[in-house]
Amino acid sequence: MGDQEVKLFSLWASPFGKRVEIALKIKGIKYEYFEEDLSNKSSELLKYNPVHKKLPVLLHNGKPVCESLVILEYIDETWKSERSLLPEDPYARAMARFWAKFIDDKCIAAMWGARKNSEGQEEGIEELTEHLKTLENELKGKKFFGGDEIGLVDITADLIALWLGVLLELKGIELLTKEKFPRLCEWIDDYLDHQIIKETLPDRETYRDFLLKAKF
Amino acid sequence: MATEVKLFRSWSSRYALRIVWALKLKGVEFEAIFEDLSNKSSLLLQYNPVHKKVPVLVHNGKPVCESLVILEYVDETWNGAHPLLPKDPFAKAEARFWAKFSDDKLMPLIRKATLGNGEEKEEARVLTAENLKHVEELLKGKKFFGGEKIGYVDLAFGWMAYLINVLEEVSGATLIKKEEFPLLSKWMENFYEFPEFKESWPDHDRLITKFKNYG
Repeated sequence: MGDQEVKLFSLWASPFGKRVEIALKIKGIKYEYFEEDLSNKSSELLKYNPVHKKLPVLLHNGKPVCESLVILEYIDETWKSERSLLPEDPYARAMARFWAKFIDDKCIAAMWGARKNSEGQEEGIEELTEHLKTLENELKGKKFFGGDEIGLVDITADLIALWLGVLLELKGIELLTKEKFPRLCEWIDDYLDHQIIKETLPDRETYRDFLLKAKF
Repeated sequence: MATEVKLFRSWSSRYALRIVWALKLKGVEFEAIFEDLSNKSSLLLQYNPVHKKVPVLVHNGKPVCESLVILEYVDETWNGAHPLLPKDPFAKAEARFWAKFSDDKLMPLIRKATLGNGEEKEEARVLTAENLKHVEELLKGKKFFGGEKIGYVDLAFGWMAYLINVLEEVSGATLIKKEEFPLLSKWMENFYEFPEFKESWPDHDRLITKFKNYG
């Protein structure tokens, strides 16, 4: 599919929005970016995502696609000639989707748990530890979740690579260490060192300051 | 294609039913293995170590977990008969969006609106009605969400066809009135009455008991 109108409504600090930008960049798709203000949602956002009123929203030739994982698959299927985000084989695709879902459904919930203060936090950390162990296992024998190259799962795991680290640092929780999770930490280094990831994800310090100010 | 297809399920799992329906629509023969979820088999734990849940589809010895992931796997693997997802990427994206909506938004709301308590229950009722309007909207001019034929979104929403009645009975709350949601009500009827699914419905009384015990 050739050059068409692609717009992205997103937030610079959102891992969900960043996933879409990573995918667009991997595919070499030109897009127009619109930064949203959540305290003052644009009429476009309300029009294009009336159900959830959330970001990111991808607009392709005027048609909206919502939910980051749905958008990632849409991008992969629409711009087929460029590098693939998902493997060809149905079983391998099912595995990729399974792990992406795992990150979104389980890891995020655990991260929120770890954010809490006092009692709730311990449970959250326990849960998070379990999930990170699962991911550590999954990475055995592979450079990225997608194999030699970054794929759907790696893109989805952007929040593990950056957001989790910053959150744990600010909460003073020592969990994501090379001793406890050698493969995962190696993956984070390789991931954050990837050219496209480097130019897309927010600067760690900037994000850290943003979180501090937000008094999360 | 002589292959081995097994489905780990329970007598009532709404998620496992999606796969039962999909396999029936595609004419795929499979062996159903019923799990007692209070006493999970070692096989289930071996095939789904991460979540330890049903459904698990095991195809030629390889397990696939998570019902929506399994549906796409089934659709891509048995791609001759009865396609579940549309071909067009945008239509596909919409289908995936609505399946997610069923599980992430609608199901938890309906659960709170029927099995919840006090203020939370009342709030959920209001939100349920609002969100059901989107679903009603989807059915305009269509028999099924998939159009003329049952598709991925129908299978995703399929739990409503038998569970809404049960939840309404247990809670005494009416969530879906024919006057308010004529298309959705008709869809529920059509889906429930779909000939190939006749044998699939979990026992109504047993479901009532199960949900009454939810406390």
